[in-house]
Amino acid sequence: MKSFKNFIVQFFILFIIWILINNSFDTELLITGFVFSIVASSIFCFKCDVFSDIKLTPKALIYTILYIFVFIIELIKSNFDVAYRVVSPSLPINPGIVAVKTKLKSKMGRMILTNSITLTPGTLTVDIIEDTLYIHWIDVKTVKIEEATKDIVSHFEKYLEVIYG
Amino acid sequence: MKILDITGAILTLIGSIFIFLGALGVLRMPDVYNRIQTGTKASTLGTMLTLTGIGMIHPGWFGKIAILIIFIAITNPVSSHVLARAAHFINIPLTSKTVVDKLRESKIEEMENALKLEEEQKNDF
Amino acid sequence: MVNTILYIALGFIIISILMTLTRFVTGKTSVDRVIAFDIMTISSIGIIVIISHFTIRLIYLDVAIVYGLLSFLGVVIVAKFIERGL
Repeated sequence: MKSFKNFIVQFFILFIIWILINNSFDTELLITGFVFSIVASSIFCFKCDVFSDIKLTPKALIYTILYIFVFIIELIKSNFDVAYRVVSPSLPINPGIVAVKTKLKSKMGRMILTNSITLTPGTLTVDIIEDTLYIHWIDVKTVKIEEATKDIVSHFEKYLEVIYG
Repeated sequence: MKILDITGAILTLIGSIFIFLGALGVLRMPDVYNRIQTGTKASTLGTMLTLTGIGMIHPGWFGKIAILIIFIAITNPVSSHVLARAAHFINIPLTSKTVVDKLRESKIEEMENALKLEEEQKNDF
Repeated sequence: MVNTILYIALGFIIISILMTLTRFVTGKTSVDRVIAFDIMTISSIGIIVIISHFTIRLIYLDVAIVYGLLSFLGVVIVAKFIERGL
């Protein structure tokens, strides 16, 4: 059952990418893409457990869409913040590497959390040891673990906990 | 139609300004980690905005542009994380403005623990 | 009108690539150079896409996809080499 779910998710990702790249809905193209997606996902996803943490429920879907919006807003906000730091003549930076804790257990959830932290400017994941993330922060406001966790991680974690558990 | 074209062009211009700011950050910042912060992330958003703008001018190219945007959004944080990790691994120093370095502290602690364990094992013999 | 704005954008991207090139030449450590390389390739994707608008050829977008893929692979492999050797 588990590997079947992996297979289905992998198949849909490959098929959607095929349609987007070809940019058309011709019958021959669709059949070719269908066959090749099945072959490729049965070869490469025979025993993988990459997607087995994803919950395929309506609530998770709604939270995924909400998460994308929250992420885009954070991305633009922090980009303007960093742009201000670069342009201002006195270079107002206050950098340091802080430690934060994460509650997420699944590999996929952790990967998306660290990628989101890295993609919002101002924070950069340097290393991950067990459940501690080491984050380079361009403007260190606090060095305590709990407060830094609340500042950096929690507004992404709130949504990812529902999606990946 | 005309309005969509002009909106796309202005988005492209904003994206190119973000790329410019990223390059300025790479020139101005004092150490490797801050250069990664300002450089790679600002240029990521800049390139994504540029692609969106061109996608608005040519709506027929939607598929490939979407693939490029998703691809950049997935691979770029991975490459900047990997570079930061390598830089910390070979002990490139942080700038003098740095407040705290918890990762170095935890690495030193781990090394001391390993040394203690080794000495205890020697004493046992 | 649209083309004028796009030419200005192209100019900005080219200037920023020249600025990162300065960092590529002067950078003190090897990681600095890899960062400069990464930013240059990502900005070049923008240039390729704008040029594909001027010449109206869809094939340049495929070139951009492969270019981004190769640059990502290159950066990851160089970082792995810096960290523990090949």
